[in-house]
Amino acid sequence: MTGWTLVLLVLALSSVFYFLAKRRSLRVATTVGGIHKLHSAPRYYGLVAALLFAVPAMLVLGVWLSIDQNIVLKIVLTEYFPELNWESQVDVNWLTSQIQILAQTGRLENIENSEVLNAAADRYQYLTSLSETLRNASVLALGAIVSFIFILFISARLKARPIAETLIQCLLIFSSLIAIFTTIGIVLSVLFEAISFFRIIPFTEFMFGLEWSPQIAIREDQVGSSGLFGSIPLFTGTLLIAAVAMTVAVPVGLLSAIYLAEYASPNVRSFAKPALEILAGVPTVVYGFFAALVVAPYLSDFGAYFGLDIAHESALAAGVVMGIMIIPFVSSLSDDVITALPQSIREASLACGATKSETIKKVVFPAALPGIVGALLLAISRAIGETMIVLMAAGLAAKLTANPLESVTTVTVQIVTLLVGDQEFDNPKTLAAFALGLTLFVATLVLNMTALYIVRKYSEQYD
Amino acid sequence: MENSTETTNKERIITRLDDTIFQGKVSETDGVDSNLSQKYRMTAKNVNVYYSETHAIKNVSLSIRENEVLSIIGPSGCGKSTFLRCLNRINDIVVGCRITGEIMLDGVDINSGELDVVELRARVGMVFQKPNPFPKSIYDNIAYGPRLHSMVNSREETDEVVYSCLRQVGLLSEVEDRINKSGTELSGGQQQRLCIARTLAVKPDVILMDEPCSALDPIATAKIEDLIDELRTEYSIVIVTHSMQQAARVSQRTAYFNLGDLIEVGDTGEVFTNPKHKLTEDYITGRFG
Repeated sequence: MTGWTLVLLVLALSSVFYFLAKRRSLRVATTVGGIHKLHSAPRYYGLVAALLFAVPAMLVLGVWLSIDQNIVLKIVLTEYFPELNWESQVDVNWLTSQIQILAQTGRLENIENSEVLNAAADRYQYLTSLSETLRNASVLALGAIVSFIFILFISARLKARPIAETLIQCLLIFSSLIAIFTTIGIVLSVLFEAISFFRIIPFTEFMFGLEWSPQIAIREDQVGSSGLFGSIPLFTGTLLIAAVAMTVAVPVGLLSAIYLAEYASPNVRSFAKPALEILAGVPTVVYGFFAALVVAPYLSDFGAYFGLDIAHESALAAGVVMGIMIIPFVSSLSDDVITALPQSIREASLACGATKSETIKKVVFPAALPGIVGALLLAISRAIGETMIVLMAAGLAAKLTANPLESVTTVTVQIVTLLVGDQEFDNPKTLAAFALGLTLFVATLVLNMTALYIVRKYSEQYD
Repeated sequence: MENSTETTNKERIITRLDDTIFQGKVSETDGVDSNLSQKYRMTAKNVNVYYSETHAIKNVSLSIRENEVLSIIGPSGCGKSTFLRCLNRINDIVVGCRITGEIMLDGVDINSGELDVVELRARVGMVFQKPNPFPKSIYDNIAYGPRLHSMVNSREETDEVVYSCLRQVGLLSEVEDRINKSGTELSGGQQQRLCIARTLAVKPDVILMDEPCSALDPIATAKIEDLIDELRTEYSIVIVTHSMQQAARVSQRTAYFNLGDLIEVGDTGEVFTNPKHKLTEDYITGRFG
């Protein structure tokens, strides 16, 4: 029985326990004189029984799944390879995979089947199936016992409703904790790798260095063997492209938001708003080749016509396409902010004899401004974190320049190039990706929090 | 002086005329001489309002005289506010709203295109049910209208308008020290007086008030009612209210609406003590509505 079958079985059995408990509560009700004599409605007794079956079962299953492989492998390895050096991760991993492949397929490629390996594989297989049986039994038994005890205790005075509420609340808390702990886990793993990077390359060199060239020599005698890890050119490149993107997205997005919120008839609005939001649904990789294959060559030719030398992989091309990508962010969020303004201040302005455009310029827009700023900050953080477009349309060479016609590279592009291909995790070249990721994470976090703070402060004004 | 006695005489004639009309028929302007109607600031004739399918106002004819407070009373949903909002065409912004009939402001049809809607709204100001100051400073709230219409050209002129409007609504002493603070930080009653000051700053001929006191406490209400009484000397005021006591206190004439029909209109004292129509009597005595 695989894990999934077990999960389905647990769900099926918990519904069985639901009906058992409900029936028992109904029977109790007849002895005490009607359902209204029960503390809670019968369905709550059923719900508690079902939850008491499913929750412990799932918990045991989760814990078991996360540790049983390790325990089984440890037993097998200590039993058959007593001389194994546990310090060497490579040896352990290699042996583990050999044993697992042998156990699953019954043969190994490239390598002679040794007696010891075969025996170990057999043992592994046996222990795994034993663990599975034990797991299934304990999962079902524990759930059944807990639930059964509850059913035995059902009486008219048992307060099932508050118990059910508490259990459900615990489930909700647990779900939200999963998201929170995942975030914390990601941050910590990036943080630790970044720290080990900063052990090799000083923090100040990374933050304030003006040259980025993360090539590390493999052989001692190679030329230019020391890499340069100054992140300033990457961040200026990122900001340059984001600035070009905002130059495109802010006017177009804001004007279309004002049109949608103030001028468009309900019919046009119901069609145009989703249509604009489709832009947000286009995969960024599609934008990427749109930038690289359509926009960049066009800009380059266009520039040549005017005697401008625009690089084929210019910040301009990537920025313009990224700007198109974030138009729906700006327009949709700003539209929400503008529509959320109370109609009464528009009427007040019109009643003073203002025209519609005067009302928008002098009352609606200033009142919506804090919310719009929040929307813009969210759009900027989106632009800074965007990878695919810049990977395809912007360059790879880190150049410290403010000229959008030249080729620049961004933080995200460098992270991708650092991690593509073979790499070692004790090499500063690889670790640099984590340092960049951490810096980027902190930057967008600050932007997002500022944006949320502004939006929240603004929304208090009218509620 | 001579002129003013003449005016009072004419008004007396009109009042008498009105009274005779009321004996027979509700519609007050039907029999009125066009020369005499000039003494009316605004005249609505056979006005119908439709919201998509709903017939919200049915063939209403009603006039507003100079220097009077006309109150409109009636049960919820009877069309009081709808009628009021036709008088400065603020209903135009409601999708699916259609208006027929004739509404004259000083002899010009406001729906004809002869009078620009912006000019109309500058001449017919409005105060709303919920105080709705702009999220701007108190100063900018009042200076908003005059600046729009280029009525002020310098800081001194703006100051003069702002301070005189604040003084007029009795707010100056209360906010003098925080005139650059946001208008939304004032109390409800102060906000509503600020909104009245904002309306006055445009120097309108008519002020429409849509239940201006419904969100206010009794003390703030009393202040606004006193203010309305003072403003009557300069403006024509139409006030929609749910409170019959308020209508009796502030208005010279009262109109009673029911289900989109104008049931009765007359001197406030008459309407409240001796209503002509059964429906009005039922509403006033509290048997209905």
